[in-house]
Amino acid sequence: MKQLFVAAVAALGLTLAAQASAQDFSPAIVFDMGGKFDKSFNEAAFNGAERFTSETGIAYREFEITSSAQREQALRNMARRGATVVVAMGFAQATAVEKVAKEFPDVKFTIIDAVVDLPNVQSVVFKEHEGSFLVGMAAAMASKTGKVGFVGGMDIPLIRNFAAGYVEGAKFVNPDITVYQNMTGTTPAAWNNPGKGNELARSQFDRGADVVYAAAGGTGIGVYQAAKDSGKLAIGVDSNQNYLHPGTMLTSMIKRVDVAVFNAFATAKDGTWKGGTQVLGLAEDGVGYSIDEHNRSLITADMEKRLEAARADIISGKITVTGYSN
Amino acid sequence: MLEFLSLFVLIIDATLRVSTPLILAALAGLFAERSGVFDIALEGKMLGGAFAAGAVAAATGSAWLGLGAAVLASVALAMVHAYACVTHQGNQIISGMAMNILIAGLAPTLGLAWFSLGGQTPALGDGARFRPITLPFADALADVPILGEIYSEIISGHNIFVYITLAAVPITAWFLYRSRFGLRLRAVGENPEAVDTAGINVYWMRYQALIVTGILCGVAGAYLSTGQNAAFIRNMTAGQGFIALAALIFGKWRPVPTMLACFMFAFADAVQARLQGVDLPIVGVIPVQFVDALPFVLTVVVLAGFIGKSVAPKSGGIPYVKER
Repeated sequence: MKQLFVAAVAALGLTLAAQASAQDFSPAIVFDMGGKFDKSFNEAAFNGAERFTSETGIAYREFEITSSAQREQALRNMARRGATVVVAMGFAQATAVEKVAKEFPDVKFTIIDAVVDLPNVQSVVFKEHEGSFLVGMAAAMASKTGKVGFVGGMDIPLIRNFAAGYVEGAKFVNPDITVYQNMTGTTPAAWNNPGKGNELARSQFDRGADVVYAAAGGTGIGVYQAAKDSGKLAIGVDSNQNYLHPGTMLTSMIKRVDVAVFNAFATAKDGTWKGGTQVLGLAEDGVGYSIDEHNRSLITADMEKRLEAARADIISGKITVTGYSN
Repeated sequence: MLEFLSLFVLIIDATLRVSTPLILAALAGLFAERSGVFDIALEGKMLGGAFAAGAVAAATGSAWLGLGAAVLASVALAMVHAYACVTHQGNQIISGMAMNILIAGLAPTLGLAWFSLGGQTPALGDGARFRPITLPFADALADVPILGEIYSEIISGHNIFVYITLAAVPITAWFLYRSRFGLRLRAVGENPEAVDTAGINVYWMRYQALIVTGILCGVAGAYLSTGQNAAFIRNMTAGQGFIALAALIFGKWRPVPTMLACFMFAFADAVQARLQGVDLPIVGVIPVQFVDALPFVLTVVVLAGFIGKSVAPKSGGIPYVKER
């Protein structure tokens, strides 16, 4: 019995030692409700993390949130199990990050899409309104009816910011344009309701819209399907979603979440990671619009020229996009 | 005036699309509850059906095989419920709850294992979906004022599920009130002892009722993943099974009033989508939160004020024990 006990203690000691040596650099990521295959925001983060793994060979830990109560738990687990840097996806994790970051002052936290003011937290936010401005211009230029639509996910300031930039861009091209706006809901379930997205998009098409922009996570999949079924155009968000329905997807408002995640991991690894807030807009290439082989035929040379000119003007400050919160 | 009319036509059109899964699920619940078995797992069976349809349609490229798989999966789930609650006299609410939780987790897990798309099924091409059917002369008549518009917008241009559903309501009513099966079904839900005394097998009646429940839920699920949308997505039923249950109570367990209740919910939903952000005279722009709450406010108002007393089948929820 005593021998067994000694053996057990020795074994435990060995495992602890093994763990400590493996703990040199251990990145982790906590996805939010949409799930890492939402073809949008979370999937972009997943791609960034995968790129880090394929370039450095260092595996990362991950967790997919399925109910709001898990956020804090998941973050704390990652920190406790010795993660060096934890990336938290989404505005909804802000309070959880704030709480857990105080408990683990030595662990680095990066939060995307929200600002948490602590020394060991790096906050990355995007100027969604700038990117949305450009796709709003594209929508207005592609629209034949002078009516375009927007479908948001959950009704929060962040999504209102997408909408505001979009409207500004559309009005920049055509001051008389009508922009229909719908939000899917007021709870996190609004990120995953393609049936509702489908109906909302159709309600906008019924009223004459012929281009619809969705900033709604998994709900967007239903919006794009409705656009394809009705022969209208749609604009993707966060990831490049042009490939989903070639010929239907006018373009995508790209938010370089993948780059933000990759940079958080990479800088934490080489020691240049810094706390504080980063605001990524057009100038930093944090947002933009996408042109690839799937939508090449939909974006004319003239449209591209005007979009590029507007991009330059926004960067130089000649055009100011106010957005929702400012 | 004409503009208002065409807006109304479009809202009715949307109402039909949105109410289809609700009516199917509510009729499914009607068969189960009329036989004396409560079934709160309409949601789970729809979700299971949606997953089976999405997965099989993606694998085979055939929407009809997907529909068949949805019906099979949903009937299998209904049989589990029957085995637990009819044969073994288990608690019907607990069995239903367990099934809802089971499917919510099992479907995305299987989806992840088979397709590696995070629990979704692959997006379906047009061939693997049920597409809208344009009825004859719909395009030719579209320009005829009022009647033509009604025909081409409201009646034509839905997928086959919408027509099946609208046919299912009178068929259900006929079965329930005019056929021998319907008479026995109603009797077994009110007074199973009397039915048993008459020499009819109570258990078999309830099993039959649950088979029908399974079929209808399976069709509703297939509509979600291969008609309305083009893939199965986690939790895509989004509470519609429970709304169907509410509609069933509204409709006092009768087919036509239940259908009307489903129309009411769907209508509120369709109006809701069009009211958001619209600048109305006098009141101005109505906040999203209020518009969002509209269907539920309507539920409370109607439930409290208009439908009168709603009495469930007498032996509902009580397992039948043959000999004491």
